[in-house]
Amino acid sequence: MPSVWIDYDRCDGCGLCAKKCPYDAVEMRDGIPHILEQCTCCALCLEACKRGALQTDLTARTVPDFSAWKGVWVFAEHQQNALQAISLELLGKARELAEQRSETVSALLLGDQGDPLVQPLFTAGAHRVYQVQDPRLRHYTTDAYTKSLARLVEKYKPEILLIGATDIGRDLAPRLARRVGAGLTADCTELSIDPEEGILLQTRPAFGGNVMATIVNRFSRPQMATVRPGVMEKRAPEPLQGELVAEQLEGGDQDSRVEILESWTEEGERIDLSKARVIVAAGRGAASSEGLELLEQLARSLGGELAGTRAMIEEQWLPDDRQIGQTGQTVRPELYIGCGVSGAVQHRAGMAASRYIIAVNKDPRAPLLSVADWSIVGDLFQVVPELISILSRRI
Amino acid sequence: MKIIVLIKQVPDTTEIKLDPKTGNLLREGVPSIINPDDRHALEAALRLKEAHGGRVAVLSMGPQQAIDAVSEALGMGADEGVLLSDSAFAGSDTWATSFTLSRAIRKMDGFDLILCGRQAIDGDTAQVGPQLAEILDLPQVTAVCGISSFEPGASGRSQVLRRVRGGYQRLNCTLPALFTVVSEINTPRCPHMERLLRACKTKTAIKHWNCADLGLKTQEVGLAESLTQVITTFPPKTRRKSEILEGDPRSVAGQLVDRLQDNKLI
Ligand SMILES: Cc1cc2nc3c(=O)[nH]c(=O)nc-3n(C[C@H](O)[C@H](O)[C@H](O)COP(=O)(O)OP(=O)(O)OC[C@H]3O[C@@H](n4cnc5c(N)ncnc54)[C@H](O)[C@@H]3O)c2cc1C
Repeated sequence: MPSVWIDYDRCDGCGLCAKKCPYDAVEMRDGIPHILEQCTCCALCLEACKRGALQTDLTARTVPDFSAWKGVWVFAEHQQNALQAISLELLGKARELAEQRSETVSALLLGDQGDPLVQPLFTAGAHRVYQVQDPRLRHYTTDAYTKSLARLVEKYKPEILLIGATDIGRDLAPRLARRVGAGLTADCTELSIDPEEGILLQTRPAFGGNVMATIVNRFSRPQMATVRPGVMEKRAPEPLQGELVAEQLEGGDQDSRVEILESWTEEGERIDLSKARVIVAAGRGAASSEGLELLEQLARSLGGELAGTRAMIEEQWLPDDRQIGQTGQTVRPELYIGCGVSGAVQHRAGMAASRYIIAVNKDPRAPLLSVADWSIVGDLFQVVPELISILSRRI
Repeated sequence: MKIIVLIKQVPDTTEIKLDPKTGNLLREGVPSIINPDDRHALEAALRLKEAHGGRVAVLSMGPQQAIDAVSEALGMGADEGVLLSDSAFAGSDTWATSFTLSRAIRKMDGFDLILCGRQAIDGDTAQVGPQLAEILDLPQVTAVCGISSFEPGASGRSQVLRRVRGGYQRLNCTLPALFTVVSEINTPRCPHMERLLRACKTKTAIKHWNCADLGLKTQEVGLAESLTQVITTFPPKTRRKSEILEGDPRSVAGQLVDRLQDNKLI
């Protein structure tokens, strides 16, 4: 097992190594760094040290030659003949990344009805669409989709592959990554190209949103990442044309190990919070029929949707498609108003990117206030009726 | 009939505090728990065992203190536990983790089903389950919220309910298979005190395996085998105005509506 150690004669106790360590494995005690047990030998501290005090017997891993791997790919997810918003969001981002790499963007379209979806992919930014049309791809299944996509990856060698962190994407991406031998970073909130190394910098929240981590994928291709819906912005559609490449699903009728017997949607209209311009979020402070009635009214007067914290879903005040947060949906509305919401990290992980944030809370120390643009410290049962009445007069 | 449940010991992320000055994580004093989804996976396994007989084994990879999580699982009713612990495993990404786990499972002689939680609250990637299924060439069903039938055996199969956005899917899956479960599936039981004490005292039901026990070299595991590396961590940025409006309810409501109008939000 290689290790990292400190040459104390050279160390001036500046503490840069401790700051740099992503694993908190360097501890400063009385101005002197110590390397702790959890050190993984990632050697980032070696780069940070200006005096060469950090030493290792680690042999640097060589980065293989990846010059044959080119272009940015996006897995195009669709449902009932319509592209999912996430696919368009990813294409917008892919375009930006491809420009920095002087490369092109390709979308991967699998299914059995394809054609009407091809043009919208060009419009959203794809230079090329790889299309695999086959009745066996009508519904997503892990085995058939992984197999088809792995073949495309091996044949065309993309440098970057982006997939939505949806139910399908989260089922597919890890399996595909493992099959093609690629590293994968889940739920990225920022993607960019490192100007020096030309590799993809993948930033995501870790520890329940308490820290952000930037991750790279130096030793394998494609560099794969998933991104949650609602995190990236679509580009303005342009009337672009591109190249359509038809591919086949190879192999005979492999009997599928997993068979879909039936699918159904829940009663009532499920809403897509990622499309809402205004969201009023209810927290436990509003847990009563009176509270919800008030917030529903507030949402209506702003033309918005009512959503809530996990506590409100668990206590069955709201259906689970209205949960915002780490285990719910990520939203980025123009306006988010949290009423009686404490603003736990898991909740903030799903709404922190909103354009404007308002908090209404009795407790001046509620964490939501620290991420809000404007806060009202007070009882929502007094404040919200006033808001509704002023709004009814002004709009 | 044998079920292997994967459990991970995680810091309780709701209890994590940040150093107000440096923005670094303060990990000290943060309690460790069995990852919430994994607890549901274990409960699901125990219920299958109650209905069909057989054994439930838990497998965990982590530092020595993860023995607490394995003991707790035995306290809940698991029959045996395996803890994979080695300093060489440190820094494993999901690629390296799924590989290491697969080697342990191969050593565990046979299973009808592998159950794991959909995601861990610390890493939060939801990747290890599917990656393990790929290495072991098993069919997978992710986000399972109900197991309606389970017929282990030679041409075994199971019917499960899967949560998908906006609804559900009912699926038939051949066994052996790997399922990842979500919290909706059940309410986990509490550990049985006597069993827990016995597990903590005797520890005979828990095997400890290190890198060499799995027939692996240190350069085949941990950060050395990982394809992704963390290069920096930083506190999430907040760049908000953070203005607190003051006055009686009517006045603060009025001030807020003014702000909304000034910023063309209404
Ligand atoms: C693994 C994991 C995942 C999670 N995922 C999510 C997630 O995706 N989304 C999510 O939201 N949570 C999630 N949580 C739960 C999260 O940690 C919090 O428990 C939850 O968000 C709290 O909800 P709350 O703000 O409604 O309730 P509380 O924290 O109880 O806050 C209620 C707030 O209302 C205020 N209040 C009370 N009465 C009034 C009044 N009359 N007027 C004004 N204010 C009032 C109080 O001051 C308090 O701040 C997760 C937790 C875990 C462990």
